[in-house]
Amino acid sequence: MGNKQTIFTQEQLDAYQDCTFFTRKEILRLFHRYRDLAPQLVPLDYSDKPAVTLPYELIGSMPELKDNPFRQRIAQVFSEHGDGNMTLDDFLDMFSVLSEMAPRDLKAYYAFKIYDFNNDDYICKSDLEKTVNKLTRNELTPEEVSLVCEKVIYEADVDNDGKLSLADFQHMIVRAPDFLSTFHIRI
Amino acid sequence: EDKEEDESKEEDSGSQQNRASRRKNYQRKNRNGKKAREEGNQKKDGGKTAPNKDQKESENKEKKTTKRGKEGENKQKKGRKNSTSSASSSSSDEESLSEEELAMLKEQVEQKKKLISTMRNKPWRMVKKLSVLREAQDFVEKFEGALGKGKGKKLYAYKMMMAKKWVKFKRDFENFKTQCIPWEMKIKEVESHFGSSVASYFIFLRWMYGVNLVLFGLIFGLVIIPEVLMGMPYGSLPRKTVPRAEQATAMDFSVLWDFEGYIKYSALFYGYYNNQRTIGWLKYRLPMAYFMVGISVFGYSLMVVIRSMARNANESTADGDDDNFIFSWKMFTSWDYLIGNPETADNKFASITTSFKESIVDEQESNKDENIHLRRFLRVLANVLIICCLCGSGYLIYFVVKRSQTFSKMQNVGWYERNEVEIVMSLLGMFCPPLFETIAALENYHPRIGLKWQLGRIFALFLGNLYTFLLALMDDVNEKLAEEDVVKNITHWTLLGHHNSSAGNDSTVTPAPLDPADVPRGPCWETTVGIEFVRLTVSDILVTYITILVGDFIRACFVRFVNYCWCWDLEAGFPSYAEFDISGNVLGLVFNQGMIWMGSFYAPGLVGINVLRLLTSMYFQCWAVMSSNVPHARVFKASKSNNFYMGLLLLILFLSLLPVAYTIMSLPPSFDCGPFSGKKRMYDVIQETIELDFPLFVAKIFSYLANPGLIIPAILLMVLTIYYLNAVSKAYQRANTELKKKMQMQREEEKNKRNNKASTNPMLQDLEDLLTPSAKTESPPKQVEDKKIESPNGSSPARKPGRGEALAGSPMVGGRGAAFTPPSPVFVTQPRTLGVRGPYPGQPRPWGHPLGPVPGRGRGQPFY
Repeated sequence: MGNKQTIFTQEQLDAYQDCTFFTRKEILRLFHRYRDLAPQLVPLDYSDKPAVTLPYELIGSMPELKDNPFRQRIAQVFSEHGDGNMTLDDFLDMFSVLSEMAPRDLKAYYAFKIYDFNNDDYICKSDLEKTVNKLTRNELTPEEVSLVCEKVIYEADVDNDGKLSLADFQHMIVRAPDFLSTFHIRI
Repeated sequence: EDKEEDESKEEDSGSQQNRASRRKNYQRKNRNGKKAREEGNQKKDGGKTAPNKDQKESENKEKKTTKRGKEGENKQKKGRKNSTSSASSSSSDEESLSEEELAMLKEQVEQKKKLISTMRNKPWRMVKKLSVLREAQDFVEKFEGALGKGKGKKLYAYKMMMAKKWVKFKRDFENFKTQCIPWEMKIKEVESHFGSSVASYFIFLRWMYGVNLVLFGLIFGLVIIPEVLMGMPYGSLPRKTVPRAEQATAMDFSVLWDFEGYIKYSALFYGYYNNQRTIGWLKYRLPMAYFMVGISVFGYSLMVVIRSMARNANESTADGDDDNFIFSWKMFTSWDYLIGNPETADNKFASITTSFKESIVDEQESNKDENIHLRRFLRVLANVLIICCLCGSGYLIYFVVKRSQTFSKMQNVGWYERNEVEIVMSLLGMFCPPLFETIAALENYHPRIGLKWQLGRIFALFLGNLYTFLLALMDDVNEKLAEEDVVKNITHWTLLGHHNSSAGNDSTVTPAPLDPADVPRGPCWETTVGIEFVRLTVSDILVTYITILVGDFIRACFVRFVNYCWCWDLEAGFPSYAEFDISGNVLGLVFNQGMIWMGSFYAPGLVGINVLRLLTSMYFQCWAVMSSNVPHARVFKASKSNNFYMGLLLLILFLSLLPVAYTIMSLPPSFDCGPFSGKKRMYDVIQETIELDFPLFVAKIFSYLANPGLIIPAILLMVLTIYYLNAVSKAYQRANTELKKKMQMQREEEKNKRNNKASTNPMLQDLEDLLTPSAKTESPPKQVEDKKIESPNGSSPARKPGRGEALAGSPMVGGRGAAFTPPSPVFVTQPRTLGVRGPYPGQPRPWGHPLGPVPGRGRGQPFY
């Protein structure tokens, strides 16, 4: 067994295993991925919990996130202060939620946060427009974008307040056939 | 530690907090009797209704009591007899209470354990998760020991470890399984560049490959290999020898290429097999095995196709109501977070854009109508044209087949004459589909429906071709059968003559047997049919590959490299790059499989050829797609049309079963070739086996079973069962649609209601929903307690009347507006509640959190 690792204490590893969907090996691998982003910043000993934060520029340049149009939002949602800079804990959190073992409810909650660009706990029309433009790289005309947004609100807005709440979003997303398979990053 | 506990209380579900406070109540009861309970209740109340400041204060107090409680518990553990001040409670009372308390504790430990195991499902920050986890673990550790669960704890840890290992094993196994699926990465690659629709073809191809491997295993394992190992060797029998006349050219490539010569007289074809009942030291019953394998090929294929169809149907009904959220799902689930490659990402962006555009077009198209008469006229015209095409191609094939029969009688005909049928069929298959597509442009259908029509028409074309080919083949077979009678006599006389001549000599004791190559043969129609199918399959393979090479690869090269010195933009203009033709490829695959099913009985080696074909075409087509095709402009969802392909396959399977069954049941087998020679019908082999190899009663049972008097009722019963099941499923379907309609209506109603009430005050209404049930259950004791305790607590005395008013007002539905307008202190908590429930003020009940029935839940704590 690979007990020679001195990065974490045994308790830390156990705790991380309880708090994420990863095994010991995967946690260590994730740590190394994290460290590889900035080897000079991240120490090889995490047993005393050093307060290391990596800037968003490094996180967003990971190959898993590099091509994702929502990478900034993902980093912001999972970072502690909403600025996209991440500690190791945030980093583990992020990939735990996006792993294939995470349940639908958890994924839906974070998906909602990701698509809620202005952090007002609702997905309103401006959020939807941003989403569409990111998805299509601004290739739809403004009329088409607004038509799409209106259709989305018409479909998913159960309480008719003109914006999507978390409940609306969950209600819509639990029926989506490929949500689980697409909202998922393999690492 | 207190802080953490505090946090956990705040973050946990309400029931747990409730339980925690109840526990405290019990502890206090132990020590202080009634007073403590009152205090606890008061605190609960305070926690719920007092303003924030108040609540914090009370929470602090609670923390202290918790500490005290824990100390108390510890003391109790040490020595229960000298418990501090149990003035009101007797010792027996205490015993029962402590037992109760034990139960409570146990329950709580269980709760914490549950919390630990579900920690990863909580949407909290890691720091919070870690601290709550540590707290819960400490708690469990402390009290599990206290409850005398030392062994249980070990067992529990062991169990947990095993559970974790099991989960890990399962995951590894899953990974292993996915790794074992062949070409997964190749298909994923194609999928990420060309979308799921193109990938669906390759998945279909892979599935087909799997089925064919099983068929290959059956036929090779049970027929060909036993024959090669244990059967009589080549040259021992007339049927296993090339006739004298052909021997000179039997090894020429041109002859072998036509599957004549040595290939014709090999184990790959029906005619090679001997009718010996048992072969080798194993006493292997080869004719019997041959027959059973021929049947089980069809049985297995039917079973597999129907099973996968049923599974697809199950899956498609699982996500049945997806018309409601077309745009939403496109918006929120279309981006695949797995994409980690810029080129794939570009493709994905493009495909999402097109799919949005497509949906927008759909949306706009459903709202407008055009000149319906012109449209109808054009559609009728298009159908007439296509029917003309179909009839023409059918006649052409019939004509060509007839001609080829005359050619086959002539000597030294050219290459073209011999392969005319295949060439014409391949040409039709190449040029008719584009023609149909051109004609279909007249109809101006919705693209999805248009694609189905296109599939149906090409299917009809291929089917017509196939059946014309089969009819011509039947003519051929009948001719051969007539010829056979003549040859049979000749053979008989030749053998007799040879025998007589050798007997007449009577110089030697054993007359030299006639060389097997010299014996006159019957035409052996079975082998002819088999060769015909093999030839057709091979030419189909070649045409497919050449089409890909020329139509895709060379075109792509031309467009790419000549573009530098051409007058117009070749890439964007006329030739451009080819798209992958999904429907044509799938239909080609389906029909090829039909050929295999039909031909495999008379040419056991055909499945081997097909396995090779599928294997090579997997790699070849993957390469061709990746190198020379461009993604579709029109992306259609693959999951829907998958069962359509399967349906076509089932139809083809059924259609190819018919001619084989006909020939087995009603044509006499050739007299001098094949495993069934000498019998009147092929199925006699079963009767023979039953009579000779089984005890008598089995034969009797079989004869009873084969009695029409039993078969007809059995069929009748099956038909009735099908009818009944069909009726039941229809009833379920109706109920389902009814329920769907009801849900839709309810949704609309809800919407309307919300709309109407939006003018009054949704917040107040929501608040009423919150208050009514809890007030009802708790009102009498609370009122009393309020009077007693709250005034010393220092909160405003205005609370009481406010409470009372609310209680009075809540049962009356109409009077709520009036009752709620005065800003009494009860509503001081309301801003907080509303803030918490902010994300969904207008949330409808069915999927909301059950707020009403549990008092104290959903109030002082945020949801997340």
